[in-house]
Amino acid sequence: MSILNEISQRLEEGDDAAVPRLVGEALAGGLAAKAVLDDGLIAGMNVVGGRFRDREIFLPDVLLAARAMYAGLDVLKPLLERAGVASRGRVVIGSVHGDLHDIGKNLVGIMLKGAGFEVIDLGHDVPAARFVAVARERDARVIGMSALLTTTMPVMKEVVDLLARENLRGRVRTIVGGAPVSAEYAAEIGADAYGYDCAQAVERVKELAGA
Amino acid sequence: MIHFSPAELEPAPAAVRAALGLKRGVEPSPRSEELLRRALDLFRGLAAPAAVVKPVTAEEFATVFAGRGGNEPRAPLAGIYPRAGRLHLFAFTLGEPLGAEIGRLFAGDFALGAVLDAVASQAAENAARVAERWSESLPVPGAGDGGPWRCFLYSPGYCGWHVSGQEALFAALRPETIGIRLNASFLMTPLKSVSGVLVAGPAAIHRLEASYPFCARCTSPACQERSLAAPPA
Repeated sequence: MSILNEISQRLEEGDDAAVPRLVGEALAGGLAAKAVLDDGLIAGMNVVGGRFRDREIFLPDVLLAARAMYAGLDVLKPLLERAGVASRGRVVIGSVHGDLHDIGKNLVGIMLKGAGFEVIDLGHDVPAARFVAVARERDARVIGMSALLTTTMPVMKEVVDLLARENLRGRVRTIVGGAPVSAEYAAEIGADAYGYDCAQAVERVKELAGA
Repeated sequence: MIHFSPAELEPAPAAVRAALGLKRGVEPSPRSEELLRRALDLFRGLAAPAAVVKPVTAEEFATVFAGRGGNEPRAPLAGIYPRAGRLHLFAFTLGEPLGAEIGRLFAGDFALGAVLDAVASQAAENAARVAERWSESLPVPGAGDGGPWRCFLYSPGYCGWHVSGQEALFAALRPETIGIRLNASFLMTPLKSVSGVLVAGPAAIHRLEASYPFCARCTSPACQERSLAAPPA
């Protein structure tokens, strides 16, 4: 088994002790940081994401894998920055104004980072204007919004409308999710995508970002 | 007074696994089982359950239910509570320390944080069931009509009762005394809290035909249980 396959395998198992050690060994053996990232860490997370989508594994396994991915990224990050390796794109995420629930949003953030995106997490209770301002300032490609209440869902439309008013609709795409949100609602408010769960959200963000 | 024993509230591991998406017949990995064990240990150490309950008449509850007037035009609860034999306003929380620990873990050990969150959510559901059984255990006044009474908790945000109903519920019940606060969106903090009205009466009063427009969006596991508990007469 090649060391990249071994990194991927250990990541799938959620072994957050072995992954950073193997990443170090791969680098010491002369592999480029980008190759370790793409063919070791991200390859492993892709397998995990697929198995989660097919319900062969469940959420804790995904999060353990993500934890191992982060441990590996800690080793790689200085080298990636030095080499000027760009992420797959910036994504601004948050739970909309009035909503304090952010577990689902946190899970999406973890999965997005695992997929190689740079995630700017605005937390919960985020007003529409802040989503848009941060996306513009940080040149984000996607805004991801979460709501767990029917009463807070309208903030999602406010964000979509505000992007349109500021002529950012083409540049910044939107994805929405949360228990009361549906694909029909996403279409109704003009959002670009809907994520049923964190695995699907990541797939949609990849499409939106063209990554 | 309702007594909440930690053992009654602690969720069964299988319920937590199911809530986290483990498919029936799939064996959980040893690492995820270790996470669940640690989450249950944390739950036992941090849960600080507290509840407040207050009997109300149907007339008193009508004012609470009306709230700001945001209820659905056709709300099942509107037809259920007037036929109840007994109504109690109810609120419960697992306390601030547990919620704080979930938040803290999400900033570091998010895998454990997510499992602890699922454990706490299941425990809050269990608290509602304990409260329902408590109400059912109270003496039935007069000659019980329609067999043994069943009690279910109905909450703002469900069954056509607009979430803004929390405001009137809080004004009547004062759950602030046990540390539950309401924000401008009518969300409770600590997040692992439940509130509503305990409606007890003959089982048939709870019968819900899922024909309301909002039923399609509802994710409450209690609803199906309600329908099963009270088959059509």
